[in-house]
Amino acid sequence: MSGFVPHGGGRGVTGWLVCLGGIVWREALRFVHQKERFLSALVRPLVWLFIFAAGFRAVLGVSIEPPYQTYVLYEVYVTPGLVAMIQLFNGMQSSLSMVYDRETGTMRTLLVSPYPRWYLLSSKLTAGVVVSIFQVYAFLAIAWFWEIRPPWIGYLTVLPALVLSGLMLGALGLVLSSLIRQLENFAGVMNFVIFPMFFASSALYPLWRVREGSVLLYDICRFNPFTYAVDLIRFALYGQFNPFAFAVVAGTAALFLTIAIVAYDPSRGMMMRRGGGAG
Amino acid sequence: MTTRLATYAATALLAATMLAGPACAYTVYVSNEKDNTVTLIDTATLEVIKTVDVGNRPRGITISLDGKHLFVCTSDDDTVQVYDAKTMELLYDLPSGPDPELFVLAPDGKHLYIANEDDALVTVVDVESRKMVAEIPVGVEPEGMGVSPDGKFVVNTSETTNMAHIIDTASHEIVENVLVDSRPRFAEFTPDGKELWVSSEIGGTVSVIDMATRQITTKVEFEIAGVAKDAIQPVGVRISKDGKKALVALGPSNRVAVVDTASKQVEKYLLVGQRVWQLAYTPDGKLGFSTNGNSNDVSVIDMETMEVTKSIPVGGLPWGVVVSPD
Repeated sequence: MSGFVPHGGGRGVTGWLVCLGGIVWREALRFVHQKERFLSALVRPLVWLFIFAAGFRAVLGVSIEPPYQTYVLYEVYVTPGLVAMIQLFNGMQSSLSMVYDRETGTMRTLLVSPYPRWYLLSSKLTAGVVVSIFQVYAFLAIAWFWEIRPPWIGYLTVLPALVLSGLMLGALGLVLSSLIRQLENFAGVMNFVIFPMFFASSALYPLWRVREGSVLLYDICRFNPFTYAVDLIRFALYGQFNPFAFAVVAGTAALFLTIAIVAYDPSRGMMMRRGGGAG
Repeated sequence: MTTRLATYAATALLAATMLAGPACAYTVYVSNEKDNTVTLIDTATLEVIKTVDVGNRPRGITISLDGKHLFVCTSDDDTVQVYDAKTMELLYDLPSGPDPELFVLAPDGKHLYIANEDDALVTVVDVESRKMVAEIPVGVEPEGMGVSPDGKFVVNTSETTNMAHIIDTASHEIVENVLVDSRPRFAEFTPDGKELWVSSEIGGTVSVIDMATRQITTKVEFEIAGVAKDAIQPVGVRISKDGKKALVALGPSNRVAVVDTASKQVEKYLLVGQRVWQLAYTPDGKLGFSTNGNSNDVSVIDMETMEVTKSIPVGGLPWGVVVSPD
């Protein structure tokens, strides 16, 4: 934990970086040490890909939507959705770890750092995004053997999209973690956040297909920021840029992060009122 | 390790860029059965150039060896229309016999062999004199037409009689009838002329006939995970320019099968639009095209990677397809 205390008392650029490095390193260590977590982060989308998608090979019908130029198998369609799912779970997982940190008291160590609260939270967020990107590339590597092969350039262009969508979902996790007082409540997050966000989006079905089923659901999907995270990733994976999705994801990320910083502010945050461990 | 990976990535990128470079520009002609039109597609841009009106119910479509004349079977007009392939002006009609569906141009470009679906005939037309030369009685509902590379034999398949009729082009006589599976749709010779591939729509197979013995040597069967067996209906068959692969259009299964011509094994299935019907290649063998009747588009197949790269919307019920020669 020495990383959190600036060496020599200075608060130059190096100190800031040491702080960021320390938080990222701790998150990475936690991730590496929890082999089950890495495995489950990988197995979850793979189960969807191998089992769920296999049963839906011919369901997509006739309409071709950008970025696709021709008909695609369902597993190809669902892959960007599963990539976003990895990041969604990762964001929730890091919010879970915040709650855990608060319960065990580790958070105190973090919060006594002389760096401002917003910087600590952003570092924590960055750490989560880095971890999620590793998970995504591991998943894409396995998917490649399952004949899901976007153009090579797509593996590069998807990176900025992953950073942005990771920030949005991670920031959402931070907001949630400020609201949850006990680990046990995490199941509620699963039911009320992860599942609705994932299912009511363009991750599993194209929106034109959703609209055929229910216009209301279609509207819900259109107001779900997760839909735009999926679209941003879907376009980027094929070397294309979707400006609208970019704007929505960037805006939502900024909004969630602002809420999280306010929520964690000891003077006016919700944590104090809720009697959280930070004080 | 990282450096090596980076080198690989750079090489792959470079290779991809080179492969994606512009190929020779050919024109693809697609007959749209329902709209009574022909759509022209540029192979360099893979964009529609234009769509022009033609006669009623255009189906079979082919082009002269010099690429100047486009022949279209306009089935409901009981004629073969000849268009200037550049301007798409109607030049003249050829006599075809009633309800021409599919035809094949002799390798020397002088004769058209036309299947007359309603009259159980194959009509032979001299392209230069624009006269009917012969009518050859064949089985019921003739459809598929193939010609051997040396021009000595034409083959007609009759959908109801379930036979491939091998016809001597010199005598205009049937020299052999080969019984194949139910509803044969299409006949295609290998470039060396040694084998004849015949698709059976209801039978769900492609019969490979040895031209020396005129016996079926192999039947290629198809199986697609998650697709009902009766949706797999082989129609168009085209063997690649190098003779190594055969593409088989599998109708309502929305797939094109890639078959290795040596082993007769299916290597993969390509997802295309709905009710895929006929196929064609560019003369350089780099691109393949499939007409997808129910989704009203044409899928483009990269013949090097054997992947579908694009689907291009065309007119209603695209049926036949031909690419301009070099």
